[in-house]
Amino acid sequence: MKGLVAPALGALGFVALWWLATVVQLADPVLLPSPAETFRETWAAFAEGPLWTDLQRTVVRTVQAFVIATLIGVPLGVALGAKERVYRAVEFVVDFFRSTPASALFPLFLILFGVGEGTKIAVAAFGAALVILFNSAYGVMNARRTRVLAARVMGASEGRILWDVLVWEALPQILVGMRAGISLALVIVVVAEMFIGSTDGLGQRVIRAQSLFESGLMYGVIFLAGALGYLLNLLFLLAEKRFVHWAGR
Amino acid sequence: MSPLDGSGAPGVIAPRDAAITIRGLAKAFGGQPVYSGFDLDVRRGDILAIFGPNGCGKSTLINMAAGLLSVDGGTILYDGREVREVRIGYVFQNYREALFPWIRAADNIRYPLRRMGLPKREIEARLERLSADFRVRFDLARYPYELSGGQQQLVSVMRALAVEPEVLFLDEPFSALDFETTLDLRALLQAVLKRLGVTTLLVSHDLEESIALADRLLMLTRRPTTVADDLPVTLPWPRTSTTLSDPGFVALKRRCLTVFEAAVAGRPVDGAQA
Ligand SMILES: Nc1ncnc2c1ncn2[C@@H]1O[C@H](COP(=O)(O)OP(=O)(O)OP(=O)(O)O)[C@@H](O)[C@H]1O
Ligand SMILES: [Mg+2]
Repeated sequence: MKGLVAPALGALGFVALWWLATVVQLADPVLLPSPAETFRETWAAFAEGPLWTDLQRTVVRTVQAFVIATLIGVPLGVALGAKERVYRAVEFVVDFFRSTPASALFPLFLILFGVGEGTKIAVAAFGAALVILFNSAYGVMNARRTRVLAARVMGASEGRILWDVLVWEALPQILVGMRAGISLALVIVVVAEMFIGSTDGLGQRVIRAQSLFESGLMYGVIFLAGALGYLLNLLFLLAEKRFVHWAGR
Repeated sequence: MSPLDGSGAPGVIAPRDAAITIRGLAKAFGGQPVYSGFDLDVRRGDILAIFGPNGCGKSTLINMAAGLLSVDGGTILYDGREVREVRIGYVFQNYREALFPWIRAADNIRYPLRRMGLPKREIEARLERLSADFRVRFDLARYPYELSGGQQQLVSVMRALAVEPEVLFLDEPFSALDFETTLDLRALLQAVLKRLGVTTLLVSHDLEESIALADRLLMLTRRPTTVADDLPVTLPWPRTSTTLSDPGFVALKRRCLTVFEAAVAGRPVDGAQA
């Protein structure tokens, strides 16, 4: 509980500064509404229903993309990491597409998947899968050599070593990859909701609030998206602590 | 009986007494030979200590013998068999990196037994027996990182002995432990090894330890590695702290130091390579 005091004070300070800025009219109230107004408008949008639906849509898309990315990225990454020479061969392609802004791929995915749910989820899954694959492969390649030798000397087959040692050795890095992956999936989903013919989702709601000059709501949705990203990150940090209790020891 | 007399002369081992036979062993790294035409026989049930300067190839030798490293030439046979047909145990120097931290200490010890496909009852029986043999007083249900260094290395030793190995390899098993822990672990280990008659290759940096734990001491030269001296250690078992002040022990140690200074430490004697 003690650990929560400092962050809470930081958040309060931020809101106080924001409030002060609106009191002294640092910016046009249409561009910068007060915290209270932002809260009111956002609460109202929640109460009326649509914002709640938008939040759910975004979460569902992000989770779908993430699950697909994990199902592809982890097994493929572990397999490639176990065959380091094969990974070196595909490393350039992985790094290249990992460095390509996912938004630049929208047109391509639109051709492949059409204007619909499929495209948003596919782009996000693609981006996240690369991050997860990369981390899983490196986790396996950086496995402690002594542990592999220990397993071999105890009569473990290569398949056994992969399952009993390499996957475990890679697990901390795999979870790091999954954490980065779900954050990236959220980013891509929100952007996709803005620009790929959407009628719902947080991205769509931000754009609509902006064009209707509902600036209080716009800020509220931005914070909501931020909170969502933060929460997902936190969830994974907790999972890492719980499931890789041995990491770094 | 003097520890230096020839009754246990290592050079004359009848083939049926030899647990390990190494012939014409060759190994090079990047064109630089470590071994070329290296021969060695190890008598069944002997503890062979291998002593030599840094980088002379001690780890390389036992890793090749344990099948963890390929040989460039020559053969290493165990009573005519390849290493993969032999039950072996291996204790790594770095216990932190050799135990599996994601499973509990007891499961680390059970691991090789499960790989052997032993029934659960037999696995538990062996675990019990090992705990008794090594007088384990800490909780084996803990994770390795929750144990002290000495306890972790003890778990490594138990894991290696669980399979009831014909041959045990120890690569500087005590070098990361403090003096007191080393003495404890040494005493427990020698009792078990002598009772079970496990053929053992022990790599050590510590001359005193090499003598105290061995039936036979092999001193290696710098690369390309040859045998500088090969002498039996016939001191009575068990070897305790009083052994360290035994006149036989002291004489042996002095002789080893002389050999080490002449041949091993790199002072070229009788035309040895500089
Ligand atoms: N994988 C490798 N690639 C290149 N050179 C190697 C490799 N492994 C060992 N060597 C070299 O072979 C020689 C013998 O190495 P080894 O580890 O067997 O020595 P050691 O006697 O165990 O030394 P130490 O006492 O430091 O443990 C060293 O000079 C080392 O540099
Ligand atoms: Mg070594």
